[in-house]
Amino acid sequence: MATTAIPPQEDSAPSAPTTIFRRPSSTEGFWGWVTTTDHKKIGIMYGYTAFVFFIIGGIEALLIRVQLAVPDNSFLSAAEYNAAFTMHATIMVFLFVMPMAAAFFNYLLPLMIGARDVAFPRMNAVSYWIFLFGAIFVSSSFLFGTSGAPVGGNLPGGAEWASRLGSAPNGGWFGYAPNSLDQFSTGTAMDYWSIGLQVVGIASLISAVNFISTILNLRAKGMKLLRMPVFVWMTFVVAFLLLFSLPIIAVALFMVTFDRNFGTLFFDATGGGDPVLWQHLFWLFGHPEVYILILPSMGLVSEVLPTFSRKPLFGYAAVVFAGAAIAFLGFGVWAHHMFASGITPVAQAAFGLATMTIAVPTGIKIFNWLGTMWGGKIRFTTPMLFAIGFVSLFVIGGLSGVTHSVVPSDWQQTDTYYIVGHFHYVLFGGAVFGLFAGLYYYFPMLTGKMFSERLGKLHFWLMFIGMNLTFGPMHWLGLQGMPRRTWVWVEEQGLGFWNAVVTAGAFTIALSVLIFMINWMVSRRRGDDAGFDPWDARTLEWMLPLPVPVYNWAKIPEVRRLDEFWHRKYTEDEDGRAVRREDYDAVVAQLEEEGRNPTEEIELPDPSYFPFLVGLGIMILAYGVVYLDRGFGLPLVVIGLLTMVGSFVGWSVEPLEEHHGDHDGHGHDDGGGDVVETEVVETS
Amino acid sequence: MSAHAIGESTGVENRKLGMWFFLSSEFLFFGALITNYMLFKGRDLPAGVPTPFGIYDIPFTSFSSFVLLMSSLTMVLAHHALHEGDQRGTRTWLLTTAGLGLTFLAGQFFEFSEFYLKGAGLSVAPVWSSFFVLTGFHGAHVFIGVLMLLILFSTSVRNGELSEAHGLNVELVGLYWHFVDIIWIVIFTVVYLIP
Repeated sequence: MATTAIPPQEDSAPSAPTTIFRRPSSTEGFWGWVTTTDHKKIGIMYGYTAFVFFIIGGIEALLIRVQLAVPDNSFLSAAEYNAAFTMHATIMVFLFVMPMAAAFFNYLLPLMIGARDVAFPRMNAVSYWIFLFGAIFVSSSFLFGTSGAPVGGNLPGGAEWASRLGSAPNGGWFGYAPNSLDQFSTGTAMDYWSIGLQVVGIASLISAVNFISTILNLRAKGMKLLRMPVFVWMTFVVAFLLLFSLPIIAVALFMVTFDRNFGTLFFDATGGGDPVLWQHLFWLFGHPEVYILILPSMGLVSEVLPTFSRKPLFGYAAVVFAGAAIAFLGFGVWAHHMFASGITPVAQAAFGLATMTIAVPTGIKIFNWLGTMWGGKIRFTTPMLFAIGFVSLFVIGGLSGVTHSVVPSDWQQTDTYYIVGHFHYVLFGGAVFGLFAGLYYYFPMLTGKMFSERLGKLHFWLMFIGMNLTFGPMHWLGLQGMPRRTWVWVEEQGLGFWNAVVTAGAFTIALSVLIFMINWMVSRRRGDDAGFDPWDARTLEWMLPLPVPVYNWAKIPEVRRLDEFWHRKYTEDEDGRAVRREDYDAVVAQLEEEGRNPTEEIELPDPSYFPFLVGLGIMILAYGVVYLDRGFGLPLVVIGLLTMVGSFVGWSVEPLEEHHGDHDGHGHDDGGGDVVETEVVETS
Repeated sequence: MSAHAIGESTGVENRKLGMWFFLSSEFLFFGALITNYMLFKGRDLPAGVPTPFGIYDIPFTSFSSFVLLMSSLTMVLAHHALHEGDQRGTRTWLLTTAGLGLTFLAGQFFEFSEFYLKGAGLSVAPVWSSFFVLTGFHGAHVFIGVLMLLILFSTSVRNGELSEAHGLNVELVGLYWHFVDIIWIVIFTVVYLIP
């Protein structure tokens, strides 16, 4: 028997099966994290990794703002500035917002639908490790990259350090051809960029397949599609966006990699290629990507607002369908990023109109959130403040977005700071505020502790003020003609006051993030005990004891209504007001008691080394491709491929029948192998 | 068993569901590659570079397409044999499918070298870049399919049989294999046949 009977109070420590392919047995310590297949641990790793990149991307933003604070500044050279804005955007989009959203997907999805894990736990681990190694690969361009830009700069710390910054990818996060091709971007920096994003994209594709399968297949009894929390719906929609947009950027990135390294002529105008094709392919991915970034935050906010308004989400079905409509329309508007690229007037009119229609489902969502708060008993906790901040700032960003759908107006704004102001209102005021709302809201679930409300509110107000100081004046700067992606401005332009304000705002944001970090680190150890259901919440995941046990659900819950947990606690009086049920205390006490003491056998997926090795192999392969023209490139490719293929083979020849027994339905038997079960059995 | 309560709300096995969604993504991957070819195929070529329709060998490619199509049939036979409990038949048909796949790849290798000798290549014109990248990625997909078939075959030989759980793997590899075939039908029609 490959399973182990252990009491639920201990972490599961499965015995290894008798095979040459021993599975790791530790679930604690360093190797416990490396080999874990637990969706909660993977989610936590995603979250911390993403936050590290948030700091790196933030430091780059500060470098940019220091450079632009005063006219004719020589703090950064042009090359360093180019690398700073390129890597700021690349890191924030691909290595912070997307993985931070993935952290929430991973952690919450099974809890919200009443499952014990995702459909493919090892595939889940694979996507994390591929993401991590891909992220390390992209960032290592700071150390090993060469951009062909002039060496040297004016940063403190000497020319070597400064030129390292300038050696990162510098062609913009959009990587427009022909600038990204080898005749204009010599050196390896843009290879790191194109191959690194390819690797990170593979990770997202795997998790998209995983989440779709999980949502469709692992719902608890009674959890119909239209009873799922809105966050689950948004996860579902985002997964489809990823599924259908990632293959397009994959093709585009392959094409640019081939153009740079293998002599193809896709984007090379001198050889008959078509640079605008790159723009089409990039934005055909890039616009859905915008919704990939914002929809998770919309989902989180849709959880936070009802809880702290003590009202159900206004127009649940409308919010869900509006999310799906945004995603659907999002595939038909990509060329509004290209109004200045010379596409035909008919195309401009069509894409302008299509862009305006997106305002409709977005407006539906905004009004539903307002309707949720309207007449509610609002508690202004930190997550609620961030959620309200999200709604208000997103409206501003949405409105300035509508101005881009008017083509002549867009021509004026293209490549000015107005655009930068606009998309930071939706991505920082929107996506990042939503993520912070989620981080605070789910902090008690992660840690079992409460954070400091005082520090949390300080964080919110500093960030809210700093954000408006930073990105608000960018609109006027842009309308006055300050161009994007230009490393200096001159005094005669008369942009001095607002640029100083913007830089001050950026440092205010940095300070607020510091407060958040202090709050997080201190509260997770010394915060007050969160107890059970600290927010008086509505959805399934809060029926669990905190912090959540390794097996999630001692007994899989049965769902009867939307907002199941709320209806177990509350009923309505004659006037339709929510009143506690008479057995409220008993219901809550029973949930907590039962949640901690499973009475049935629980199967959990075993840890595995292979996901980590697959990710490692892909990183080695990526280095090999970059350096194919050097002697050590080919050996690296071979080693990387062997590591990958070997890991997959090891994965698939792991024992199957002898441990499979009668548990064939749990669904964590992905990729040809099987998972040896751990049974957690009540012993008391 | 309680764990079953949370498995497969849709009634479709997880892995099969996952494979379907993965393949839906793959359609867009090849869709983008085919679009690239369509975009470039009408454009002027530099002197001395052959047009695709100038050097396509339609009878030859028709034959290798036929070989690949037949491999879908043998894949179905392999799955059917397993369903009937005929382990020997399963092994035979799995190996036949892999063999037909390899035959197709050999044909592609021959075709590529012919084209290369006639002046086509990755770096001569965008239309040829897109042709080789498109058909090359398709060939890579066929190759991965062959590898999976051979792993199934060797598992069957080692264990003496493919169990019910492995049966699902046969089905999954089958799904993938049919997908690769369908994509080839599209490529053959759009790239080779429609001028």
